[in-house]
Amino acid sequence: MTAPALETPVRYSLLAARRWHPAEIAFWLVAFAAFLLFPRNLLLLNEIAILALFALSLDLILGYAGIVSLGHAAFLGMGAYAAGLAAKHVTADPLAGLAIGMGAAGLLGLVTSPLVLRGTDLTRLMITLGVALILYELANSFGSLTGGADGLQGIVMAPVLGLFAFDIFGRTAYLYSLCVLFLLFLVARRVTNSPFGLSLRAIRDNPLRAAASGVPNGRRLAAAYALAAAYAGAAGALLAQTTQFVSLDVLDFHRSADLMLVLIIGGAGYLYGGLIGAIAFKLLQDAIATFTPQYWMFWIGLFLVLFVLGGREMIHGAIKAVALRFARFGKGAAR
Amino acid sequence: MLTILFDGIAYGMVLFVLGCGLSVTMGLMNFVNLAHGAFAMLGGYVAVAAMQRLGLPFLASLPVAFLAAALVGIVLERLIYRPMYAKSHLDQVMFSIGLVFMAVAGTDWLMGSTQQFIRLPAWLQGRFEVAGIGIGRYRLFVIAVCGVLAVSLQWGFTRTRFGSRLRAAVDDARVARGLGIPVSRLFALTFALGSGLAGLGGALGIELMGLDPTFPLKFMIYFLIVVTVGGTSSITGPFFAAMLLGVADVVGKYLVPQVGAFIIYALMVALLITRPHGLFARART
Repeated sequence: MTAPALETPVRYSLLAARRWHPAEIAFWLVAFAAFLLFPRNLLLLNEIAILALFALSLDLILGYAGIVSLGHAAFLGMGAYAAGLAAKHVTADPLAGLAIGMGAAGLLGLVTSPLVLRGTDLTRLMITLGVALILYELANSFGSLTGGADGLQGIVMAPVLGLFAFDIFGRTAYLYSLCVLFLLFLVARRVTNSPFGLSLRAIRDNPLRAAASGVPNGRRLAAAYALAAAYAGAAGALLAQTTQFVSLDVLDFHRSADLMLVLIIGGAGYLYGGLIGAIAFKLLQDAIATFTPQYWMFWIGLFLVLFVLGGREMIHGAIKAVALRFARFGKGAAR
Repeated sequence: MLTILFDGIAYGMVLFVLGCGLSVTMGLMNFVNLAHGAFAMLGGYVAVAAMQRLGLPFLASLPVAFLAAALVGIVLERLIYRPMYAKSHLDQVMFSIGLVFMAVAGTDWLMGSTQQFIRLPAWLQGRFEVAGIGIGRYRLFVIAVCGVLAVSLQWGFTRTRFGSRLRAAVDDARVARGLGIPVSRLFALTFALGSGLAGLGGALGIELMGLDPTFPLKFMIYFLIVVTVGGTSSITGPFFAAMLLGVADVVGKYLVPQVGAFIIYALMVALLITRPHGLFARART
């Protein structure tokens, strides 16, 4: 059975949303240019790229599908451990490891999705949190496999595509992570602008009406959840491969909580939210950590409280203004 | 075996006192307050400070812990919690996680990151045996105190004027206000009561659960399980949930220590899947 042809104006507006804005092109040019501009900060840039991918993953389910999750670290950890173990026992090839990490996390997402689709927001928060905690306990208990509290050590990666070896400055790491982020971003962009993405937004805004107009809510949400899980798994795999180490920390609750803050800073529901949030979050963390490394947690808490109390719109207004100026600057430079 | 059961019940009782404060704020006021554990930690630290610095006896430090947590609760409710009532659950979650993080780091800074201990009075130490069951004196004391609290709370919410006004205010704040019920003062009082109970539970629990700055994060999940599994519309639900959780956790830790906290999380997920609205859910309108 073929889908009925869309009305011309609908199709037109869908296509318009898909078109690239000059600011977007400028954003990615800057991201790749950062490799040349900040050769001393590549390790930080690599962390930013990975966090951005992780945030993109949460945005897919929270911003687009409206599923709240307090345990997204479960998938990050799954991806990281899967990729780490694959590197140790199966193959040292990064791309194969990445695929294994994504696959494992995506599968976990698919398996746990029926749990998440039940009940209210509150039940979802609890179940996602519970799944992450169970994984944490499992990783802790099966020390012979995961290394337990000591972490998974001795991961050695082969060069990417057999050409680019990882070095201690993070040159290969950053470009590798950024390329993966960019490719997965393209896929996410395609997905969110597709009829599938539109139906997710319909479910988010009004599940009852979406169901009434023929959207299979449960199946769509499960698919989105598994996709987001695979994205988080990719972030975890990148983390394991570029740092060549996996510890229980990847499954820790603070990972999920930090991620929420990232998305709050950047704004949920548009793909660049996670990316901008990740940049702001990491720079903030880096700046604060230089003068109070021990009480970073206090500041993160304060930011969370102020962001919610102060209204997110205000901050997003500021970010949009900066982005606009940035876009104009990018255009001017191009000329 | 029965000794383990007894210990589990005592543990569950403390969980109930800690958790029922949350079911008061979260269940009745429909506010997701993950920072509840921070109030419990505050109560615990106040009790420690009262005993070590001021030299108060253990029994006297308990009401001090209750009052301190209630006082901080009411101040915070007036200042920063109120604007949060109308916001989405997600905002409330973020907001209260932020508070937890601040409380954890702040306590670490003020009191140091080491585990805190208290000296129980001599008559609360040790164990005795009744029909082969080893009964810890302190655990018996905890069960007695928490049992009295459970009964009086249930009575308070179902039989008193305060309870019926509160239930009316929760079900429909606008109509309640129209009937002349001071809704916002009622909420503030309820919040103070919930925080105070958390503080009391924190003080009672030092001996059983330990106390260090990561307390709110470590036990947050336990409180939440008590409330979500128990359902949020009555006191009996959280009570049974706390008992179940306490016994399961203690039994698990005694008999199969290698799986750790795995049992309770699995229990929670299983219960939430089968009863998404809690064990004793009242039909929501």
